[in-house]
Amino acid sequence: MSITAEFESDSGRAPEVSLKSKLRRAERQRQLKGLGLVAPLLTFLLVIFVLPIVAILFFAVSSPEVGEALPRTAEAIKSWDGKDLPDEATYRALAEDLAEGYEAKTVAGAGTRLNYQASGFRSLIMRTARKADEMQAPFKAAMIDRDERWGEIQYWRELQRAARPLTPLYVLQVLDLKQDETGAIVSVPENRAIYLDYLTRSLWISASVTVLCLLIGYPIAYFAAHTTSNWGYLVLGAVLLPFWISVLVRTAAWMVVLQREGMLNDLLIGIGLIGEPLQLLFNRFAVYIAMIHVLLPFLVMPLYNNMRTIPQLHLKAAGSLGATPFWAFWTVYFPQSLPGLSAGALLVFILALGYYITPALVGGPGDQMLSFLVTQFALEIGNWGMAAAAAGLLLVATLVSYAVFRLCLGARGFM
Amino acid sequence: MANNSTRTAQERIASVLLKAFVGMTCFFLIFPILAIIPISFSSGSFLSYPMPGFSLQWYEAVLQPFPWLETLWNSLFIAICATVLATTLGTLAAYGLTVSRFPGRGLVIAIIISPLIVPIIVVALGVYFFFARVGLLGTFTGLIMAHTALGAPFVVITVLATLQGFDMQLVRASSSLGAKPMATFRQVTFPLIAPGIATGALFAFITSFDEVVVALFVASPAQFTLPRQMFAGLRDQLDPSIVAMSTLLILFTSLILIVMELLRRRTQRIMGGR
Repeated sequence: MSITAEFESDSGRAPEVSLKSKLRRAERQRQLKGLGLVAPLLTFLLVIFVLPIVAILFFAVSSPEVGEALPRTAEAIKSWDGKDLPDEATYRALAEDLAEGYEAKTVAGAGTRLNYQASGFRSLIMRTARKADEMQAPFKAAMIDRDERWGEIQYWRELQRAARPLTPLYVLQVLDLKQDETGAIVSVPENRAIYLDYLTRSLWISASVTVLCLLIGYPIAYFAAHTTSNWGYLVLGAVLLPFWISVLVRTAAWMVVLQREGMLNDLLIGIGLIGEPLQLLFNRFAVYIAMIHVLLPFLVMPLYNNMRTIPQLHLKAAGSLGATPFWAFWTVYFPQSLPGLSAGALLVFILALGYYITPALVGGPGDQMLSFLVTQFALEIGNWGMAAAAAGLLLVATLVSYAVFRLCLGARGFM
Repeated sequence: MANNSTRTAQERIASVLLKAFVGMTCFFLIFPILAIIPISFSSGSFLSYPMPGFSLQWYEAVLQPFPWLETLWNSLFIAICATVLATTLGTLAAYGLTVSRFPGRGLVIAIIISPLIVPIIVVALGVYFFFARVGLLGTFTGLIMAHTALGAPFVVITVLATLQGFDMQLVRASSSLGAKPMATFRQVTFPLIAPGIATGALFAFITSFDEVVVALFVASPAQFTLPRQMFAGLRDQLDPSIVAMSTLLILFTSLILIVMELLRRRTQRIMGGR
């Protein structure tokens, strides 16, 4: 329907208006028509894609549990100065909240949330909540009598912090940081610093896979782009066929090949290279092999398209001017292939960074990346704050890498 | 002269090395895919050579209604619906982006292609939160919508590329000869960009048909897709029925590739080899 706009403007219904304004109107109608055609997809993506991702970033810092389950306590403790134990009114509010929350079965969520902040808090909450409806004034004494930890100021500080609607807890934790009792940001003890490793490992594996793909893919693309025989098409087909085959099928294939009784072990034993079968699966080696297999086409395709536009004559010209073949290649050919190279490297790196399936299936526990951390927290543990923080970290790492590639290497990106 | 002949000798060695390297890499790419096909016909239950004998038992296992066929139908249904949606929305958007340069066009393109850049796990988690709120968790509608978002960028990119080779004068010529805009689109524009649309649709189809991670988050057992089932199987224990299913999928993919190649040749013919 909006396609009609362009033609109406051409037919010129008002002869008295000047050509200039007619042109302007036609242009405006064209813009409206374009927007109208783009609008359905744009709206769809904003709702299904952009909004949920913005929500993730929000969930990574949001902390609604305590405020929802213990509303009076959250209100009473808001203005507490944190120097001495809170006043009787706050204890009373907590006792009432716990009694009600226990009845309504909402305290457990708040307990879990508080436990992220200080271990043992969940049992403290549950233990107190069970008897909260029997408590009498003075509530302060009654609660400390039930569990003396209510007389320790640090638990109240953690409670106050967790009751705020926003928390830096998950973001800090995923970076192996935490807030100490005074609220200052410090590193967690070394034996508990386990999450930042996932980020560094993701970056390291992605960088290694990208470099390996560059080393393997460059000669392939060069051959396919410049051979005069029909072999070029065959090589291209060999690169593209795996690209279209399901990632799971390819991963299954590598699992068959690399397993203990697999073909590679059989072959190595057959030629007498090894006596015992090697453990080739569930380690970094398998992750690299399977990831390169999946990602190589993403490097070869842009590189091939780039190389096809580089005239081989340039190499001959350099040679006739006295350059050695290597020098001619390095100074004349290679710089011209950089746009394709950086576009391919960008694709491989970005895709590798968010990889999940392959490392999860062929890697060991020490080969998992940030995506694994997200699924672990979301699907296994059910700590959605941490899942959101890990996903946010991965998103930021991806966007920063994308920007670095585009700005520093001039990579063309996806379009 | 002497210098020149050593140079060619060097070049010859380089060329041989290059060919050897390319050959080895192609072997690396193709070998595992081909190697698993024979094993799917094994009469034993181990995935190793030598095979004890020939049998079709694993294909029989894979053609049972549960779980394989059911998940296959789920996958096909979701992929076809997502493809239709993604192709329609994507083609409209690509056409809109071609005919006018409205303000904010760059930002719109960035949003449209962002599903290609954002890690799939982030999409899956976000969609999970969102679907949990609006009650689309564990529904076909939810999975179809998520897959549509993942497939649409491919359609936009391929159709945009095709439209760049499309001569907009043809539209003017057609309307100057009296054709209504819809008739022009149906009889002139569409047939010429149809191969591009079809390529985009195939990308969208494969994207959905091969998608695991979103399915892992938002599908309940009733919507388990084939890749979701294979993922669970591979995690659990590698058994020959997965290899049999893999072989069927390799055949299916090869078929799709042949169709694509035919489409590409058709485009080249229509566009005059442009």
